[in-house]
Amino acid sequence: MNAPAPALGCTNTPVLKERGQREVFCGLTGIIWLHRKMQDAFFLVVGSRTCAHLLQSAAGVMIFAEPRFGTAILEEKDLAGLADAQTELDREVDRLLSRRPDIRQLFLVGSCPSEVIKLDLHRAAERMSVKHAPHVRVLNYSGSGIETTFTQGEDACLASMVPTLGATAEKELLLVGALPDVVEDQAMALLAALGITKVRCLPARRSADALAIGPNTVFALLQPFLGDTHAALTRRGARHIPAPFPFGAEGTTLWLQAIATEFGVDPDLFAKVTAAPRARAEKAVAAATQTLSGKSIFFFPDSQLEIPLARFLTRECGMTAIEVGSPFLHRDLLGPDLALLAHGPTISEGQDVDKQLTRARAARADLTVCGLGLANPLEAEGMATKWAIELVFTPVHFYEQAGDLAALFARPLRRRALLAPLAPDMEAAE
Amino acid sequence: MKLTLWTYEGPPHVGAMRVATAMKGLHYVLHAPQGDTYADLLFTMIERRDHRPPVTYTTFQARDLGGDTATLFKTACQDAVDRFAPEAIIVGASCTAELIQDNPAGLAGSMNLGLPVIALDLPSYQRKEGFGTDETFLQIVRHLAQPCARTEQITANLIGPTALGFRHRDDITELTRLLSEMGIGLNVVAPMGARPSDIARLGAAHFNVLMYPEHAESAARWLETNFKQPYTKTVPIGVGATRDFLSEVSKITGLAPKTDTTRLRLPWWTRSVDSTYLTGKRVFIFGDGTHVAAAARIAREEMGFEVAGLGCFNREMARPIRALAMTGMLTVAMMPSIRSGSLIRATPPCARISAGTRSNAITATAPAASAIRACSGVTTSMMTPPLSISAMPRLTRAVPIWA
Repeated sequence: MNAPAPALGCTNTPVLKERGQREVFCGLTGIIWLHRKMQDAFFLVVGSRTCAHLLQSAAGVMIFAEPRFGTAILEEKDLAGLADAQTELDREVDRLLSRRPDIRQLFLVGSCPSEVIKLDLHRAAERMSVKHAPHVRVLNYSGSGIETTFTQGEDACLASMVPTLGATAEKELLLVGALPDVVEDQAMALLAALGITKVRCLPARRSADALAIGPNTVFALLQPFLGDTHAALTRRGARHIPAPFPFGAEGTTLWLQAIATEFGVDPDLFAKVTAAPRARAEKAVAAATQTLSGKSIFFFPDSQLEIPLARFLTRECGMTAIEVGSPFLHRDLLGPDLALLAHGPTISEGQDVDKQLTRARAARADLTVCGLGLANPLEAEGMATKWAIELVFTPVHFYEQAGDLAALFARPLRRRALLAPLAPDMEAAE
Repeated sequence: MKLTLWTYEGPPHVGAMRVATAMKGLHYVLHAPQGDTYADLLFTMIERRDHRPPVTYTTFQARDLGGDTATLFKTACQDAVDRFAPEAIIVGASCTAELIQDNPAGLAGSMNLGLPVIALDLPSYQRKEGFGTDETFLQIVRHLAQPCARTEQITANLIGPTALGFRHRDDITELTRLLSEMGIGLNVVAPMGARPSDIARLGAAHFNVLMYPEHAESAARWLETNFKQPYTKTVPIGVGATRDFLSEVSKITGLAPKTDTTRLRLPWWTRSVDSTYLTGKRVFIFGDGTHVAAAARIAREEMGFEVAGLGCFNREMARPIRALAMTGMLTVAMMPSIRSGSLIRATPPCARISAGTRSNAITATAPAASAIRACSGVTTSMMTPPLSISAMPRLTRAVPIWA
């Protein structure tokens, strides 16, 4: 079913770089899925009421029980130096840990205000780790918007964990990226069937699941936004296995193939293990392709998933990409996907949202992938949209989710078709 | 530093956004890092608006901090004016920008943009969203409202409804109808639906209906002082309060109060037999001060509950809510009138209530300690000594005796 790979795809396509207003989340939003993945971790943002408000608005749920994230809100006296912020922080952390004995990992998360006033959370984390050892380990990373965009929050978090990993000389495979447990289990089962059983995951589900790395560790990235984590692992001697990202039937197969090659898996075994799930995935994707084939797509920047998703949609679902925007284009990690993405679309990095909106309106793609600050306004202008962050909050990786991934893009188009008889009454009421 | 798992209010610049988004023809240039654009979703998703809120964010990044963030702000300002052609702009800083001290007001003011530039000073580490709405609306009114002749017919302004307000649109519809039944026309509704040019003619109305003190009391007071427009002190939420409101309007205008009760359901519902079980149920009421006060009266006098305690999340309303809890009287002045940074210690309400007006507490027992604690403690907002207690009816009535 796969077309031959294009010669170089978009590898050498010049990148449109714009700097203006960026309509994207900051890295603090990563806390929302990270705290669910790491079941005994607490994420303490040191920031302002804006940070607290963002987290609860983005989490979207009323807090009925004590959540495993919160914000230590800076007050005037912290800023004016009237209170020693480090002392204040120690006090709040002591209070928190004493009432929550279930917490084994505490992340002090830097924010825009804490970065601007240069609050040394790294030193605070080291100090608290010593104080609360061995029960709680305290780490620090910055999820501030001045330094991280959306999914880069996960990258910063995982990168902060790398120095604390144990050391081992064993040949092991490390899977890097926070995926839903059930999806992770699917990957582990496939790898086990291929004879690759020494597999660890970063992040681990519980802090007790000890992870160790060393010069014989090889790692495969599950997400394209993990540049800093990639660098940190490489610094510790581990080696990255480059591959397209495991979205779609082809993407998953290529990703698995790269790992299989690394581990010397017999090609016949590989074909046998992947045949059935691949066929299932292709069949499921084909169902959505009926809606998507021949349609055009425009990506606003959000998660850094845009390039691999564009590759999947164009190669497996018959779509045409008009523009593929990313907040940051990490060529080392996206090389394989860029090479597979057929030449044609504008590739943009960074954003001037008003200029990009002008382009998007002119292009009027069949489907526009954008954030929720833009989706309803564009729908009201008659453009079909796919809200981007669902791609981070929904299971979309590997064979079993390939059909679901395609369906996420097909559904808005199917809905428009279903609701068409309601127009012109579909004017939004102000 | 305060550990926070939940915040009832956002930061004050979100309050400013609520006012700007409610209006038309007004644009907000906000000096802020990129993550602050989450606030757009409050309007496009929670409120399901079909337009982006009229906000331009400078979205400065770490690498800009060593350089010229001031120029970034000025460029964003000019671009916004060129692109959106607003009638006026408001400018300010979010919490992070406040720390880099670029002075957006001064920068925008120096630019000769050819339209009114309204500067907002919203201290992000001291105040919250409610203050943001009140202060922003006050500044817009101060800058844009012009003296003008009163309308010939008696008209009122409805002031206070914002974006992201609970049932604000419906309240406007109902109030418009109630006033119209009395022969009172509408001059302007603001901020919701108002253009800067509408703000300019606020002064033409005969009086102001202050729908939500949290969002517009400061503007109401300014209009009273500068345009001699009285404003209503009763918030018409609940049957009794609505009747009192219409009486108040009658006194202000000299028109007979007219109450068409064909749309009124609560008195029947509360008498109907499946409401009997509500009798004497103990309720604790918490929320923003205005709605808490209204709900306390409804609970006690219209639903037969026993009000066990009251509290509000906005410190600006702490004193009147505390007074309500302890004495049954609702003091008028809710919002601080002093806008400097100093704190004023509250005098206990009982010290200001003269003998003779004292009445049974709204709460049957002593107010729950947590209710008091909810609105007391280290005050980081200003508390003003209350003005004279208004002609508010007592919040205690003899509860009709039925089984």
